[in-house]
Amino acid sequence: MTTTTVDRAQVGEVAILRIAGDVTSASDAELTGGFGAALDAGARAVVLDFAAMEYMNSGGIGLLVTLLVRAQRAGARLLAIGLSDHYRQILSLTRLDEAIEILPDEAAAMAAVAR
Amino acid sequence: MTAPRDDGNWAQPVDRLSAAGVSGAPVDAVSGKRLSGPLQGFGQLWQKTFRVPLEGIELSPQEVIATWKASFPTFWPKDASFYAPLAGIAPGEVALLDVSPVPGAPVKLSTGILVVYADDESFTFMTPEGHMLSAWITFSAATEDGVTVAQAQALERTSDPFDELAYKLGGSRMNNRFWERTLENLARHLGMSEPAVETRIVCIDRHRQWRQARNVRHSATFRTMRLTLTAPIRKLTSRR
Repeated sequence: MTTTTVDRAQVGEVAILRIAGDVTSASDAELTGGFGAALDAGARAVVLDFAAMEYMNSGGIGLLVTLLVRAQRAGARLLAIGLSDHYRQILSLTRLDEAIEILPDEAAAMAAVAR
Repeated sequence: MTAPRDDGNWAQPVDRLSAAGVSGAPVDAVSGKRLSGPLQGFGQLWQKTFRVPLEGIELSPQEVIATWKASFPTFWPKDASFYAPLAGIAPGEVALLDVSPVPGAPVKLSTGILVVYADDESFTFMTPEGHMLSAWITFSAATEDGVTVAQAQALERTSDPFDELAYKLGGSRMNNRFWERTLENLARHLGMSEPAVETRIVCIDRHRQWRQARNVRHSATFRTMRLTLTAPIRKLTSRR
């Protein structure tokens, strides 16, 4: 099993978290930490970039739920980009796609946030 | 492009559930229902973790999970019934269940789950519309400091305002006790004489999702009560 790395970039009120490796319950510190830092830095929208994600289990989905709840309570938007068809299906199965905006890439996410 | 490592571990997306793969259950309150996770529920969001260190038991996490999957219904407390899918605990399989919604309830709640995820060290259930809880529950095992630890972790909201009331009036405590007893039964089956279950409960979101209050139209509690109370009438009319 590989570990999770989360690199954060911030452009104005939009934060991009680039997630690489495995997303499991063990990813809590990296994901929650990156997400919290984005909100603390004033992000009103957080884009999760899954292009380099290699694996996600149900613990990882649970983490996404807690991030989504935190985003809702903070009045921030949560968007996802870089999802393969496989992971799009998983977000559909778990009905997370009803609450997370799924877009193909960073340009589309930035355009969605700007609208 | 190679398939992701978790490719075979997830269920395929499903619009409406079917319990065709289950036999022996008196009521199928699941077929035709959609899944309903923590985002679709009504009540406060809780993360409940129940774990039992299997001290002195020389079993790997994989062996514990294999046993748990194979005999899942036998570890449930005696006052509840789990009708396992004929294909076993595997991604995409539906199981049916009968449980008490609150302590001392005169009728059992008939509902079910979908196995959304399963691998060698864990498996996860997600609830359908009508279930008292909009939840997913992950059962897992891992090695910590040389000891295999079995765990059940639920991320759950009640589904509608009536379920939330029942939850506050004892349903939550009963639910906690349910999983503690399940883990005790598993540990005893694996050879422990006095298992000690650790419970950790965290409120993830104190807010209730009032826009989901209309979930009450799917309530398995109401459906089950109606079917139970009208059963004598239906029996009489079917004889004519």
